[in-house]
Amino acid sequence: MGKLFAVVVILIAIASAIPIFLHWYPMAPDISAHGHLIDEQMADTMAEAGFAFLAAQFLLGFFVFRFADRKDPGKIRTFPGGAKVMVAAAVILVGTEVLALGILGQRAWAGQYFTPPAPDAMTIQTQAGQFAFYFRYPGPDGKFGPQHPDKVNEGTQNYFGLDPANDVESRDDVVTAELGVPVNKEIRLLMHSKDVGHSFYVRELRVQQDFVPGLDLMVHFTATKPGKYEIVCTQLCGLGHYNMKAYMDVMSQEDFDAWMKQKISEQ
Amino acid sequence: MSDANSTHAVAHHAPPQGFIRKHVFSLDHKVIGLQYYGLALVAVFIAIFLSWLMRIHLVWPNSPIRGLHLLSAAGAPGDVMTPEYYLSILTMHGTLMVFFVLTNAPFAAFGNYFLPIQIGAEDMAFPRFNMMSFWLTFVAFCVLISAFFIPDGPPISGWTAYAPLSAVGGAAGPGLAYGQTLWGISIAIFCIASLLGSLNFIATTLDLRAKGMTMMRMPLCTWAWFITACIALLAFAVLLPACILLCLDRVAGTSFFIPSGLVINDQVLPHSGGSTLLWQHMFWFFGHPEVYIAILPAAGIVSHILINSLRRPLLSHKVVIGSMMAIAFLSYVVWGHHMFISGMNPFSSLAFSFPTLIITIPATILTLIWLGSIYGSRLRITSASLFALGFISLFVSGGVSGFFLAQPSIDIYLHATYFVVGHFHLVMGVAAIFGVFAGTYFWFPKMTGHMMNETLGKLHFWGTFIGAYCIFMPFHYLGMVGNVRRYSTFVDDYLQPYLGVHKFITIAALTTGAFQLIFLANLIYSRFKGPKAPVNPWECTSLEWTIPSPPPFDNFGGVHPVVYHDPYQYGIEGSTGDYVMQTDPANIVVERDEK
Repeated sequence: MGKLFAVVVILIAIASAIPIFLHWYPMAPDISAHGHLIDEQMADTMAEAGFAFLAAQFLLGFFVFRFADRKDPGKIRTFPGGAKVMVAAAVILVGTEVLALGILGQRAWAGQYFTPPAPDAMTIQTQAGQFAFYFRYPGPDGKFGPQHPDKVNEGTQNYFGLDPANDVESRDDVVTAELGVPVNKEIRLLMHSKDVGHSFYVRELRVQQDFVPGLDLMVHFTATKPGKYEIVCTQLCGLGHYNMKAYMDVMSQEDFDAWMKQKISEQ
Repeated sequence: MSDANSTHAVAHHAPPQGFIRKHVFSLDHKVIGLQYYGLALVAVFIAIFLSWLMRIHLVWPNSPIRGLHLLSAAGAPGDVMTPEYYLSILTMHGTLMVFFVLTNAPFAAFGNYFLPIQIGAEDMAFPRFNMMSFWLTFVAFCVLISAFFIPDGPPISGWTAYAPLSAVGGAAGPGLAYGQTLWGISIAIFCIASLLGSLNFIATTLDLRAKGMTMMRMPLCTWAWFITACIALLAFAVLLPACILLCLDRVAGTSFFIPSGLVINDQVLPHSGGSTLLWQHMFWFFGHPEVYIAILPAAGIVSHILINSLRRPLLSHKVVIGSMMAIAFLSYVVWGHHMFISGMNPFSSLAFSFPTLIITIPATILTLIWLGSIYGSRLRITSASLFALGFISLFVSGGVSGFFLAQPSIDIYLHATYFVVGHFHLVMGVAAIFGVFAGTYFWFPKMTGHMMNETLGKLHFWGTFIGAYCIFMPFHYLGMVGNVRRYSTFVDDYLQPYLGVHKFITIAALTTGAFQLIFLANLIYSRFKGPKAPVNPWECTSLEWTIPSPPPFDNFGGVHPVVYHDPYQYGIEGSTGDYVMQTDPANIVVERDEK
């Protein structure tokens, strides 16, 4: 039965690797300026983790095949070099591997989190609440009016709790249910949670960031390909979590201007 | 050891009389170990049943599951599960598995039963604490399960119970009024029980070792239980106050985890000043070590069984212990890798990423030591050794996906996808449970006095091993395409092409779950009809195999065992075959790895 185990382990290892080798389950196509760094990091990691996975499973299979249920019990032999070789292999091979991955991977992380957005980036606010995303554009004055939690009213569609009667900056704010952005324009997205934890995830954009109640955060990104992409919530937020989504519409500058004009007229 | 002493011991440890003292409120560590095992068995079958319901609902969301309304009329009107009830089941599945199965079975159950015997003690250091920790765990289990039977239903916030969803009360959704409070109380009680249990393990290991049983002569599973007890002591000590604070937020109007200005149903919540990230920090400070509370005892049990099957010691006893200690230490400085995108300071992501990657090194050393020890051995294939070998395969498979998730940049894409679900199910769930299965097939003869049926055992192994890969490998692929977890239905347009994969996983889950019934049948059948077990059926060297199966009340019959060797004297000409028992005073030329 040891031989059967060996064969099964090796078959499982090969069967697990085939869908990866043949790209049956590719990552969502990248439409962001920074995403290629993440994708390269993913590919490097896949190569190293894949090698480690196959090597270990094959070794397990070969050793069990060779040494299980030996008819001639033979002498017990020790792997040449013993534990020292194993420790050295783990420290040197895996140590370099993870350090390399760790250091290389920081580039992608730093680009997203340690580099501030360009000064001319376009600022948009998004608010997550059970179970919808809303977006707010500052309007011609370039300023967001303050939010008043007590003014929030779903019935009158005052999702952000704005008070245009008293706050001048609120009067030209544009609120939408869809995130319209111009292509190749850097976006500074301010994130606010109305109630519980949520998350903003656009697969193609390589952006995922939690909304933290009580702590407003910012992410920045540049979308490079026009189209409609799903924004989904990835932080368990209650019964409607699975259905909490919105769309990001990446448009040419002209289309965006026209879209914005229409949204202003709808306010 | 003088005779007077032995008589003294017998006089003080007369077995209790009466059913209640013997089998229910027993002070005997063996009975308590079996009670933990029984509780874990009940919990695991409930959890498997819940996972079936989830898998069926995911691929056939609108089909009725006959009889489901009996479980919850509100959660399954017309036998069709509601999205919120899906989340209730998800929460209960996770909580039952993590706390009542993965903590109880490899650590509390086997540890209680075998740690005292393996070090030559008559019982745990504090038998009354021991009884208390089991019964508190039982109370915690009842409190948790009672959430099924209240109108509100079980909580829907997942086993991680992220605040403020878990803290703000019933306004945030079903199950969050009373169900979540029951959850908090249950886990708080569980924490107290685990703290008592860990203290007991540590005190027993340090104080009650038999003559000649130095620390380095303890079997590897004893080491693993000891190290795990140290982790559990510090981890549950943080989860306990976290649960108490959560309950206070819920019932006493405090705001530890609730910031100001939150609006639910157009009402501003009367809370202010709390921090939602505080919950995540406290939870994961427990949550990450918890992974090792599940996996280290399994690694120890597997090492012990593997050595016995290989008929040779591992390449190095010391290196294995050192690696387990390194993993235990590192497990405390990596909790932030669960929070890369949580909004904590992005610099701390880097600080948490490196130690996480470094954990790979001791984990690889362990794997290589196991693999290298198979080389040149006389591997005997039994149900127990098959599960031990399966554990190595799964430990590797679940471990390599950690390479991805340890890196914050990749986590941006993979966080909260099925990749994570596949990762932790393989390494923490299935691998740890393979350790439990291996331990069961190995120690069942000692615990019950009957041998288990090997044919059924092997059948169970093949079904579970292949089945587990069929379920959890595709999870990784789904994660790669960006399939988000914790959705009750996949309504995203993007995910429609992958529903076929989900169907495959559901069928694999139903089949693999069904194979567990073979295990259950084998347990029950062998308990009553299995052939009588000899004292040492596996030709093993450690102390539990020197005493009758099942062991008498005070383990060693009032005699204090004396230990002469390290526990793994295999592959040498011994008095009994190719091995020398730990209690055998025979002179051995090579004392391996003793110092």
